[in-house]
Amino acid sequence: MRILLVDDSKTMRNIQKAVLAQLGHTEILEACDGQDALSKAPAFRADLMLVDWNMPNMDGLTFVKAWRSNNKTTPIIMVTTEAEKSRVIEAIKAGVNNYVVKPFTPDLLSQRIQETLAKCGQSAAA
Amino acid sequence: MDPMFIKPFIASIQNVFSTMMQLQVTVKEPFVKKDSNPCHDVSGIIGMSGDVQGSVILSLPQKTAENVVALFAGCPMQLGTPDFADAIGELVNMVSGGAKAMFKDKRVSISCPSVIIGGNHHVARQSDIPCVVIPCTTDCGDVYIEVMIKPASVSSPAKTVAATAHPAKA
Repeated sequence: MRILLVDDSKTMRNIQKAVLAQLGHTEILEACDGQDALSKAPAFRADLMLVDWNMPNMDGLTFVKAWRSNNKTTPIIMVTTEAEKSRVIEAIKAGVNNYVVKPFTPDLLSQRIQETLAKCGQSAAA
Repeated sequence: MDPMFIKPFIASIQNVFSTMMQLQVTVKEPFVKKDSNPCHDVSGIIGMSGDVQGSVILSLPQKTAENVVALFAGCPMQLGTPDFADAIGELVNMVSGGAKAMFKDKRVSISCPSVIIGGNHHVARQSDIPCVVIPCTTDCGDVYIEVMIKPASVSSPAKTVAATAHPAKA
């Protein structure tokens, strides 16, 4: 399973990669902002995207809207510090399938990944 | 400063440190900072805009910062490297993001973080916004949150420049 990890913090990408590795996912491509993700995503053909919201150059919400204009099916989880209900609704309207608020435990992120993949009809297996 | 702007930071730093690092945070009595006092060796800064304006600093002595970053990242990092700054930036991002979600009926945006490393540095701020320091104790050492925000609706024109760093030494 190919997973695109979009976050401007390398530390946060490493933390999420460690969780993904525990779930058996090692085919991971990293992007440092929305622009970087938009340039990498088409060729990578991700089966799942984990996307931060607040990033320089292009934020995660803008990326999701841009990606969803051409691709309605890739499962996307927003992983962000934006915890207000209004933001969650905004993200879901933009096309995210699930939402994780930072800080998170490894168990919570694992659970969200598995339920998102199940909801979107994909296997959580690597 | 309205306590509604302070309590969320206390709850948020306790949540961030316990969730990400299993680190308990004990909060001591907040106080108003005098302009002449410098920050600690490492400062992560986040700007806030929208219904409130101002900035927030997570400030740590060097040794504490090294301990906290090692726990957060899962491995020791050398002070002053981009990865070290990244980790501090992500911590202040999470603390500020969690706090702003607890501001009642306020829509607030936060900036991407900036990090200053260097002993005896000062961070300038708007002169019309007091700085409330929340001192915290952890097993990694002391951590300080400096909150300098006010409601945008009662704002007056900025009297000085926004936060600017003047590290005295690297």
